[in-house]
Amino acid sequence: MLTTDTDILKTAESWKREGRGVAIATVVETWGSAPRPVGSHLVIDGDTNFLGSVSGGCVEGAVITEALDVIADGKPRMLEFGVADETAWQVGLSCGGRIRIYVERVD
Amino acid sequence: MRLSLLSQLNAERAARRAAVLVTDTVSGEQRLVREPELEGDVLAEELRERLRQGRSGLVERDGRQFFLTVQAPPIRVVVVGAVHISQALAPMARGLDLDVTIVDPRTAFATLERFPDVRVLAEWPDAVLPELRIDRYTAVVALTHDPKIDDPALAAALRSECFYVGALGSRKTHERRVQRLSAAGFTEADIGRIHAPIGLDIGAVSPAEIAVSILAEIVATLRQERRRAA
Repeated sequence: MLTTDTDILKTAESWKREGRGVAIATVVETWGSAPRPVGSHLVIDGDTNFLGSVSGGCVEGAVITEALDVIADGKPRMLEFGVADETAWQVGLSCGGRIRIYVERVD
Repeated sequence: MRLSLLSQLNAERAARRAAVLVTDTVSGEQRLVREPELEGDVLAEELRERLRQGRSGLVERDGRQFFLTVQAPPIRVVVVGAVHISQALAPMARGLDLDVTIVDPRTAFATLERFPDVRVLAEWPDAVLPELRIDRYTAVVALTHDPKIDDPALAAALRSECFYVGALGSRKTHERRVQRLSAAGFTEADIGRIHAPIGLDIGAVSPAEIAVSILAEIVATLRQERRRAA
């Protein structure tokens, strides 16, 4: 079953009410061809369970890793992903687009 | 985001009310602006425009950057006629995040056995459509072939702000429908809102194919501004 924005934000709320650490990642800006539109959400809990998507699967792994830090320290972060480049650790979008993603903790 | 804010956002969505979550992307400061509170907000103009387009995005104001998460109510499809096409359409619509309500006064058709997991109202459209509050986030689809049932539904749809109205039937059937609606006082412009014959022309034959063509037309209307050949 595909998840929708309604399910994603409801899930964020219910996970938090269950006492889990929860972060919400939101696509805030895109350039070029980006797989998911501005406003798309990904919800992550402290055990790396997640729901939704912010790309076609290209950067979710990196966003989840960052989300764990956000859950730990509570500081929101702005992440940027672009065309895959030489830097070994940088994750890229194979479609050639660039996206900015805001990650915040639910308190 | 505070849990209370997330909870309010979810409550607004469930109540089919538009709202915008404003986030300062540096400080993380947030507030929720509901549609009636729009005018008093410092970002009123941007918020109004964003709500109209239903598009989230960034805005700059006084050297600060804000992200506006625009939450329009979920799109709803009111299907008049608990017919075979509707049985195919309901599960497909759910996959598209469309909220379906089936209306048909014929109790033999409007049964839970035929429509598991869908809201089914065994009522006349003219009785029940006003209660459903057809708004600009609603599509109305008339599928019974029976003017006694379809016509009152179409009349209610044309008096509303709904973004899509479609009616099943051949061109000939539609000509007769146009005559009836004109006689009932609807203008040419009103009647021109009706998509008929309903659905994108994909040569649909089976009920499931017709459901695909109807849903495709609803999506095409909804995403009008993004279409390449608009």
